[in-house]
Amino acid sequence: MGWVLANLELIGSRTVSHLLLAVPAIVLSFVLALPLGWFAATHQWSRATLLTAAGLLYAIPSLPLFVVLPTILGFGVRDAANVIVALTLYGLALMVRSAADALASVGAPVRLSSTALGYSAAGRFWQVELPLAGPVLLAGLRVVAVSTISLVTVSSLLGVDNLGLLFVDGFQRGILAEVLTGIIATVVLALVIDALLVLLGRALMPWTRAARR
Amino acid sequence: MNYFTEAIAWILDPANAEGSGGVWARSAEHLWYTLLAVLLASVIAIPLGYLVGHTGRGRGLVVASTGAARALPTLGVVTLVGLILGIGLVAPLVALVLLAVPSVLAGAYAGIEAIDPRTIDAARAMGMSDWQLLTRVEIPLGLPLLLGGVRSATLQVVATATLAAYVGAGGLGRFLFLGLKTQDYPQMLASALLVVLIALILEALFEIAERVTARRLHVV
Repeated sequence: MGWVLANLELIGSRTVSHLLLAVPAIVLSFVLALPLGWFAATHQWSRATLLTAAGLLYAIPSLPLFVVLPTILGFGVRDAANVIVALTLYGLALMVRSAADALASVGAPVRLSSTALGYSAAGRFWQVELPLAGPVLLAGLRVVAVSTISLVTVSSLLGVDNLGLLFVDGFQRGILAEVLTGIIATVVLALVIDALLVLLGRALMPWTRAARR
Repeated sequence: MNYFTEAIAWILDPANAEGSGGVWARSAEHLWYTLLAVLLASVIAIPLGYLVGHTGRGRGLVVASTGAARALPTLGVVTLVGLILGIGLVAPLVALVLLAVPSVLAGAYAGIEAIDPRTIDAARAMGMSDWQLLTRVEIPLGLPLLLGGVRSATLQVVATATLAAYVGAGGLGRFLFLGLKTQDYPQMLASALLVVLIALILEALFEIAERVTARRLHVV
């Protein structure tokens, strides 16, 4: 506890840096996964290919990816952009599958009847399919958010500023409290973001609350 | 792209291949850590998953533990256990087992959970005891999902085993951290490529194993 109280400012600034890396990656992977998932859900032939590609993407170890990406993209290893791109790729790998499943779960009768009611393809997507797919999309997004926040810490091995630096620094200097603080702070941060997503889901999809048992 | 050719040249360089710190030895270490961690995790998680799946009790615990484990940063666990138990293989092994348990547990549990209740009822109606039901119906039918769980656990572990070198153990992570210290890009990249290669080989093996079990189950 003494270590935490003496280093509150440091923990605060590292938490902010942590969020600045994690949040853009989470948002980007959600936004990019939607069209890909939609494509996989509506074009059966592409489904297996897209999902296999996503699975293989997830198989790439994170630390090497942080190192390899700059050689392809031309960023520096410690650039925030490098970390965000890598995290977005992992988020995408998880989210594409969720998005494809979520959009595929909207039944054909629903689609046909909304077309019969006069919805255009775009109108049907935004006003019928997306809201109905919402709960499954949210479930996928929550998994992406939590694992992204945990994964950010690996980039600290390259010297990127985030909560993971507490592990690196604590380990090198033999401060157990610092490592422990880092773990707890990361888990708490993940749980807080997760809870916020649940609240956001309730605000955007009020009907799911009424349907709950 | 030039780094890639240099990295491949680094891997193929006979000077880097042989000896106790060579590519072959480090790859073998890496594979050994992975297998050991997945094996230990399976010994812990499969009986537990079967217990939960068979009795239907403790379901909430499984869901909660898999969720919490996802938030737990592996690097933090590696360094924490490393500080407590000292550097070496134990710290990364503990962290890797912790990483692998939730996936295996979920696979073992979901495999039984996903069986059609009518199949279970029919087995009971035929007079099977709990043990017979578990060993002759639930375990064989749950095999594909269990394999899926072990597969994703293995993938995560093989990728994360690179961190073992951070606390003084071996494995392919050695090249990565060595390269990191000396700004040796080809060496870092070589380490990454080797890990991906091992991951792909394991993926292919699991793919074959899954197809074989699926075919067996259809025949039976």
